[in-house]
Amino acid sequence: MIEVKELRRSFGPVVAVDGISFSVEKGQVLGLLGPNGAGKTTAMRMITCYIRPDGGTASVCGHDILKDPLGVRRSLGYLAENSPAYGEMTVGGFLRFICDVRRIKGAERKKALDRVVPMCSIDSVYHQTIETLSKGYKRRVGLAQALIHDPSVLILDEPTDGLDPNQKHDVRQLITSMGKDKCIIISTHILEEVEAVCSRTIIVAKGKVLVDSTPRQLKEQHKVSLEEIFRKVTKMKKSEKCEVSRNRLCTSN
Amino acid sequence: MNSFWAVFKRELKSYFATPLAYVFLVIFLIAAGFLTFNREKFFELRQADMRTFFVNLPWLMIFMVPATAMRLWAEERKVGSVELLFTLPITTTQAVLGKFLAAWVFLGIALSLTFPMVLTVFYLGNPDGGLIATGYLASFLMAGSFLAVGCLFSAVTKNQVIAFVLSVVACLVLVVAGLPSMLNYLSTFLPAGLVSAIGTMSLQEHFASLQRGVVRFNDIAYFVVLIAGWVAACTVVLDERKAS
Repeated sequence: MIEVKELRRSFGPVVAVDGISFSVEKGQVLGLLGPNGAGKTTAMRMITCYIRPDGGTASVCGHDILKDPLGVRRSLGYLAENSPAYGEMTVGGFLRFICDVRRIKGAERKKALDRVVPMCSIDSVYHQTIETLSKGYKRRVGLAQALIHDPSVLILDEPTDGLDPNQKHDVRQLITSMGKDKCIIISTHILEEVEAVCSRTIIVAKGKVLVDSTPRQLKEQHKVSLEEIFRKVTKMKKSEKCEVSRNRLCTSN
Repeated sequence: MNSFWAVFKRELKSYFATPLAYVFLVIFLIAAGFLTFNREKFFELRQADMRTFFVNLPWLMIFMVPATAMRLWAEERKVGSVELLFTLPITTTQAVLGKFLAAWVFLGIALSLTFPMVLTVFYLGNPDGGLIATGYLASFLMAGSFLAVGCLFSAVTKNQVIAFVLSVVACLVLVVAGLPSMLNYLSTFLPAGLVSAIGTMSLQEHFASLQRGVVRFNDIAYFVVLIAGWVAACTVVLDERKAS
């Protein structure tokens, strides 16, 4: 349902995403793993049509991100990093606004709200303004926003960031239960989360895909914990990075 | 409902969800009243018309309109909600127009709340209703022009103060360039054709002619082109810079 082909994007001299390709099918939960600054968020932003790629393309449910960005946005739900929202609105008002933009009206809207509000357990803060909410609640409002139109593709950027252990557990259960009939990409650097919810994992660093496998396969291959595999794969990159910067110093001298 | 209307409705509501709308309205109305009655000496002139009211509005709006416009995109980009907005099924044009029109309607509300002034002149004498109507039309179009200018600068920077200062300067240039004293000064070293071109490009001339009760096609067209141009520029800038 998601096809990513050679996506590439740089910001000035910094190459954020350097030719990433992968595809995700219905029923899969893909974990995008990587150190900070690996290009996870940039890749997600390109797939959700927030920023344009410099090269390559992707398609979501058959809609190309360059040719039909509105079709892409219609068919996916996206929870951005830090779950941005309008602080002065109440949770209810905010969700109704999302319904308006997504053209969910009348009885349909009531049904969507009745489904999504208990699902993300935000009933208790429904009439509160968003700026007064704690980080965990804000995140859940963001999640509710992404789920309100029951999309077949979900893209979640660090969905459990800032949640307490109970909430983390709830969100992971939610993702696992939805994973059966949806296509989900989550980004994270919490490795236990990958083991708990992902049926597949991609490790990216410096904008490139280093590993594309399942968590179980990885563990069987390397016979160590995911954390060690992650460190091994990305550390190698670190030493390379040092070399690069050393070279740069030499040339500048 | 169309996504455009959703953005429009949300934006207009958000003015009244924060103290912003009330602070703005109160200050605007006090200042408009002060300028009319105190600076222009409305009562001493003994004329039942609204010239004294409209003539000062550009100066007031140079400061008040950028204050409403500065938050349009700068705030959205700073808070990050722009990422939410532009990953919803909505085009940049729809979003820009929705927010712009909401702000314009808000300014329209502010203008319409000066209605006691109309009642006053009608109570005091027999003013020309048509003149008052074109005065309001001119003021509303001018507010829209300043708003479109502010909208662009708000999209250019994430910093609301920078957006405010830049739009005030741009609006000031639009008005001051057409003042007779300025045109006189310019004519001392610029060719006459250029000076008259600057005069026609300025907002002042078109505002003044509408306010005198003359509704000419080219005055209306001037405002429409001005607004459309700045708003279109805002769309282009946002498309380029929303993520940076």
